[in-house]
Amino acid sequence: MTAIDVPPAVPIAPVRVSLFRRLVKKPLGVVSALFLVLVAAIAIVGPLIAPQDPNYADIRSVLAGPSGAHLLGTDGSGRDVLSRLLAATQTSVAAALIAVVVAVVLGVVSGLIAGYYQGWFNTVATWVTELNMALPGIVVLLAARAVLGPSVWISMFIFGILLAPAFFRLVYAAVTAVRGELYVDAARVSGLGDGRIIGRHVLAVVRAPIIIQGAIISGIALAIQSGLEFLGLGDVNVPTWGSMLTDGFKNIYKTPVLMIWPSLAIALTCIALTLLANVMRDELERTVSVRRKRRRAVTTATGSIAAVTTSVATGGGEPIEDLDELPVIEGAGVTIHREDARSKATEKVLEIRDLRVGYDQPDGSHIEVVHGVSLDVRTGEVHGLIGESGSGKTQTAFGVLGLLPRGGRVTDGSIRYAGIELADASDRVYAGVRGKRIGYIPQEPMSNLDPSFTIGSQLVEPLRTTLGLSKKDATERSLDLLARVGIPQPKRTFDAYPFEVSGGMAQRVLIAGAVSTDPELIIADEPTTALDVTVQAEVLDLLRDLQAEHHMAMLLVTHNFGVVADLCDRVTVMQNGRFVEQGPVRAIFNDARHPYTRALLDAILDEGPARPALATKGANA
Amino acid sequence: MLSFILRRLASGVVLVAVISFLAFVLLYAGGGDIARRILGENATAETVAKKTEELGLNRPLLAQYGDWVTSAVTGDLGRSWFTGELVSVSVSGRLAVTLSIVLGATIVSAILAVVLGVLAARRGGIIDGAVQFLSLVGFAVPGFLIALFLVLIFAINLGWFKATGYVPITTSATGWIASVTLPVVALSLGAIATVAAQVRGSVIDAMSRDYVRTLRSRGLGMRSVIYKHVLRNAGGPALAVLAVQFVGLLGGAVVVEQIFAIPGMGQLSVRSTTLGDVPVVMGLVIAFAIIVVIVNLLIDLAQAALNPKVRLS
Repeated sequence: MTAIDVPPAVPIAPVRVSLFRRLVKKPLGVVSALFLVLVAAIAIVGPLIAPQDPNYADIRSVLAGPSGAHLLGTDGSGRDVLSRLLAATQTSVAAALIAVVVAVVLGVVSGLIAGYYQGWFNTVATWVTELNMALPGIVVLLAARAVLGPSVWISMFIFGILLAPAFFRLVYAAVTAVRGELYVDAARVSGLGDGRIIGRHVLAVVRAPIIIQGAIISGIALAIQSGLEFLGLGDVNVPTWGSMLTDGFKNIYKTPVLMIWPSLAIALTCIALTLLANVMRDELERTVSVRRKRRRAVTTATGSIAAVTTSVATGGGEPIEDLDELPVIEGAGVTIHREDARSKATEKVLEIRDLRVGYDQPDGSHIEVVHGVSLDVRTGEVHGLIGESGSGKTQTAFGVLGLLPRGGRVTDGSIRYAGIELADASDRVYAGVRGKRIGYIPQEPMSNLDPSFTIGSQLVEPLRTTLGLSKKDATERSLDLLARVGIPQPKRTFDAYPFEVSGGMAQRVLIAGAVSTDPELIIADEPTTALDVTVQAEVLDLLRDLQAEHHMAMLLVTHNFGVVADLCDRVTVMQNGRFVEQGPVRAIFNDARHPYTRALLDAILDEGPARPALATKGANA
Repeated sequence: MLSFILRRLASGVVLVAVISFLAFVLLYAGGGDIARRILGENATAETVAKKTEELGLNRPLLAQYGDWVTSAVTGDLGRSWFTGELVSVSVSGRLAVTLSIVLGATIVSAILAVVLGVLAARRGGIIDGAVQFLSLVGFAVPGFLIALFLVLIFAINLGWFKATGYVPITTSATGWIASVTLPVVALSLGAIATVAAQVRGSVIDAMSRDYVRTLRSRGLGMRSVIYKHVLRNAGGPALAVLAVQFVGLLGGAVVVEQIFAIPGMGQLSVRSTTLGDVPVVMGLVIAFAIIVVIVNLLIDLAQAALNPKVRLS
């Protein structure tokens, strides 16, 4: 019934670990596999162990109930149901297998050729797939049957051709991906023939996905084959699950139980195949994500100053690996510098005390990423929160905003904003605060604008919600804001979609959005990191101007001491979820106490000599 | 936008033309065998030859196809070899019946899949588990088995609906609803399962996007962000899956119509296939292909409405 809709989303990954070995650890996988083995065994020996001739019709005992002679009773023609069921297994399974084998052979071979050599073959294959999608599979099979006659085998052969694109797409995608890999180039340079490369590198990659897809396709083939037989389009002399179902359906009023046996056989086999495919896919995906994570950790560790990747920062469900790459000076404690003469003694807008942020893991455990951070942001002051990736600075910022990724929450401590307690607060508490009195400027401009809506509507919608403005007023205000943040043609940008403007423009739009409600506090998360160097300076200027103009307080998250020097009044340095040093910006620059702060300071002396020591340390991870 | 529509339309026309050619070659290449099958094993060689000539099957295949195309574009798809009825009349008479079931199932599954998918993505936990389990079973179990059990339970044991038969909506609206309910449910379950799984996945994906956090940081509630922004962005992949499901539903209708004795295109397909009534089979293939092309065009338009990138390119 589900004609040829094959889920294409089987993960492709270089998996050499035996899928089978890990499969047996999953109870669902074991049960499904055992059931399928049983079906396969019956398919082989079924006709031999059948107590009677499956086609022998005893007209004297039609529709008889279960008895010693007929364990499952007899059907509408007086044939033994058990014998038919056993014999039918062979035909049904074999017919489904034909379709799968044809599909695998055609799909894999054509996928390898098209993917490896590309060119015209590619175009043809795409067209065939398109054609294939234009007709329900069963209609094609019916048409074929009209000319070729009633044969299960021919029907299933044709169905195999129809199913081939499922494998073609899989192999094609894998080959295209592998073709570009360096090790394949290396293999070619070292003189390996195309055949060897395909066999060694490409087939190894797609083997597991093909098995998974094969399980799904077998279920579909079995379903279609039973459907055709059920419609009475098969050969009447060959017992199949589908034809047994037809007989049961004819007698549905008299002996509905006749329908149960073939239905169970079909349904259970299909479910077992799908379950098995699902368990295998889950296992495969797990392997892929672990590998990706490791690779990412290695590249970033070697690429930036001892960057530490935590999977938690991206909201992933896996536990964090490497958290102590850097020299953590235990017992050194927190250095808090005294206020100097130029410190602003204005009132505190934001007071964070002993903030802890953690993530609940799927396995019930809990991982803490911010371990008790305290800081104050005063009216009109820019407070820099500095640290490398994974130091917990962004987690702290999201904790204040109440916008932690899935599974994350503020577990302890307090966040007081103008007398309101925001720690782990509900959306109701945040209403009227977030987006109205606290604005947020994100890091990556392009991904922070909804690609499906115009820039204007993304400015107008929040203004109408938070300030209750009319559409006209909100539009006017948005246009003024766009002009204020330095966008040359505000109307044009207002009507544009995010993908039609540059990154620098998009960041200006996001800044306009953040300040649109005249908030008392802005939380800016690395607002210039994703921009070109020239644009960075302009955006920093804009932020400074806006901050002074509106006398806003700002919590500026950054990893760059250059930005801190440029903009901040006070700094908190974070490392591994703790704050290690805090104080007025001049005190930190002149008298950094913590080795980590000093390392960060050295890093702004463009690629300075302090770098190698830390970088090698991180790269050893 | 207009050029986008025209381009899609043109590729649809080409597709139907290619299908008609392939189907014609497949169906008519048999030549003399076709006449023999109609007349039966006992017919003499002479009568077979006469019949072959009468049906024009002795002429070159390409010439036959040319004739078929020239009349087809005027809406004449020939006559049934068995009943003599005009193919266009018998197909179009059954079109409405099949479409009412298939479109009904498409709409029902689209709505329920979105509700279930969003629910599973948002709530997680037990609801998510239940939806995922149902998706799996709905995907795995063939639709006609579900149909058979619906008949067994709701028509035969409980007697809530009639097991078979079709009441045209022009005769009685309530009768029509009663007669299409079980077929639509039977057809929808598989599609709901597949589309709901897709909706769940793309909603979870869209919800983790940066712009969702940014929109919420501007003071928008989770609910309005989900219903306006997340669903719109998750809609594209879900629609693509729905388009594939529609083809599956058309195929499913063939079997379901047989079970519920509904006089639609599926029933006609099965009957004319068993008889070997080639002109009718040919007409049905074209009708199915045209329906799929039109629905795909509509889905492309919906994609363009949802996604400005499609619209502006």
